[in-house]
Amino acid sequence: MSKKVAFLQGNEAAAFGALYAGCDFFAGYPITPSTEVSEVLSAELPKTGGKFLQMEDEIAAMAAILGASLAGAKVLTSTSGPGLSLKQELVGYGCIAEIPCVVYNVMRGGPSTGMPTGPSQSDVMCAKWGTHGDHPAICLTPASVQETYDEVIRAFNLSEKYRTPVMVMPDEIVAHMRERIVFPEPGEVEVIPRKAPTVPPEQYKPYDTSFGDVPPLAAFGSGYKFHVTGLNKMQDGFPTTKAEIVQAEEERQVRKVDANIDDIVQFEEYMLDDAEVVVVAYGSTSRSARYAVNVAREQGIKAGMFRIKTFWPFPDKQIKALACKVKGIVIPEMNLGMCSLELERCAQGKVPVLGIFRVDGEPINPDQILDKIKEVK
Amino acid sequence: MSFDYDKYLRPGKLPHIWCPGCGHGIVMKGLIRAMDTLKLKKEETAIVSGIGCASRLPGYIDCCTLHTAHGRAAAFATGVKMAKPEMNVILVGGDGDGTAIGGNHFIHACRRNIDMTYIIMNNYIYGMTGGQFSPATPTGHKASTTPYGNPDPNFDIAKLAIGAGATFVARGTAFHANQIDKLIVEAIQHKGFSVVEILDDCPTTYGRRNKYKSVIEMMNRLKEVAVPVKAAEKMTAEQLQGKVLTGVLYKEEKPEYIAEYAKVIERAKAAK
Repeated sequence: MSKKVAFLQGNEAAAFGALYAGCDFFAGYPITPSTEVSEVLSAELPKTGGKFLQMEDEIAAMAAILGASLAGAKVLTSTSGPGLSLKQELVGYGCIAEIPCVVYNVMRGGPSTGMPTGPSQSDVMCAKWGTHGDHPAICLTPASVQETYDEVIRAFNLSEKYRTPVMVMPDEIVAHMRERIVFPEPGEVEVIPRKAPTVPPEQYKPYDTSFGDVPPLAAFGSGYKFHVTGLNKMQDGFPTTKAEIVQAEEERQVRKVDANIDDIVQFEEYMLDDAEVVVVAYGSTSRSARYAVNVAREQGIKAGMFRIKTFWPFPDKQIKALACKVKGIVIPEMNLGMCSLELERCAQGKVPVLGIFRVDGEPINPDQILDKIKEVK
Repeated sequence: MSFDYDKYLRPGKLPHIWCPGCGHGIVMKGLIRAMDTLKLKKEETAIVSGIGCASRLPGYIDCCTLHTAHGRAAAFATGVKMAKPEMNVILVGGDGDGTAIGGNHFIHACRRNIDMTYIIMNNYIYGMTGGQFSPATPTGHKASTTPYGNPDPNFDIAKLAIGAGATFVARGTAFHANQIDKLIVEAIQHKGFSVVEILDDCPTTYGRRNKYKSVIEMMNRLKEVAVPVKAAEKMTAEQLQGKVLTGVLYKEEKPEYIAEYAKVIERAKAAK
């Protein structure tokens, strides 16, 4: 049987990816350029008994998905820059209370209202540092419509597996361009369910580390009674200010992601075997980078591309290895040098990191990248 | 035999954080009596709050309890209720939490008429942070941030709820303890978004700045200003000056959100 194919926009693919992953609750607020996710899910979710809510603001949408997730739903919200700024308050709540949820954020020009219809990659730091306090961060940056679909499914899986908010951040180009997409059959792509408690209700603790760094999460209304708070908490979910408990819990929340980097981090290596110049790229910018690498190769330059798929946790290990191998790193990005700083941190001064930074709402074209590749001596 | 509150309280979580003389404990006991009257199952009841003294209440009650972020109780609770409509969802919080930072969520929860009950403990002040004025602080009164008297007009929370579309709105006071559970029972039984405002006291951060000599004096004020709606019908405008109506202030049958969304699901399935 041939697979179902479609010609879709990135945002539409995201909505269908969420449905494949079993999303049964969405709450959002209208914002350009991500509203199509809301529009598709408002039509699709109720067909299978799922719930779609348009809330009064971005914060409310984030709150609603966290509440629904605690009640056992698989949840998504979608937004863009200014909305992400608002949601950050409760992204932190999701991190400390350890509530699975997926936040889909289309990157548009900023700060503030910025350029609502222009592409950007300037929210990538916001994905890690946007909410206050120490916390884990997982952020995926897809580069095509198909990958947006696939990565939204993966985001749900990571969120459930590690019991933490996961962000998917396409830039506006990926979110709005149309491409062919092949839908996987049911069961073809793994969908990871939430780890359910194995103990009876009277023994249940929502942060019981005897089950590892990711304790099982019961659902409200499933026979289990427990307390959830945004305060630093003990294993039973009640607040504490005891120094040793707060320290241990904070470290565990970050460790559950950091200790599993190899399971979370995904990337693509393109013509890297003999590369002397590596272009590190993510999102739509990687499409220009691939073209530039191809042209460079035709001209006899040993160029390659390392494409970041998982922006957070950052692929430190891979970049450090590359920095020992190549003569220079080129980083094109639609911001004023956010990934560039991470690359410099990983390169530790071993090789130059040359940036091409655009924040004018225009994509970075292959010629710009090719010119920069040629600057590496 | 005296009422057994322990069956709804979490063992080992008392004493509570509230100051001597604070009325929040009176409201919590009223809520517990109401839950008992209605025979609410603990594991099928969610109690959701924001931030502040009143919002610490869920931690003491042995249910599914969710202490959210400042002002966000109504939005979190909406998610819980939509995902698990069979649960009883009760919101608790204070006046600052519910009508300032949470004001938007509050009015929209009222507008949706989703079947939840919101108990607002109005002590006219931000107590936990030390007594700053809230949207409920009466004009002219003193708070730590209105040392020369509050220039802001204050909300009438019950009127706000009615105006925003809540279909059951009641008001009681911490003095009239025996009425609290009755109002909460009726509110929970009502199909739709119900609001119960309880006029409360904060002797620590509000009373002492506003010339109340004691908790008893604050409680006596609640007793004096409260006029049951029935009694008010026979009173003149002049007699009602400075009084506050108590009891069920508003009740209306209107389409409820969960039921309306069930129709959306039916229509979507039919259109498939």
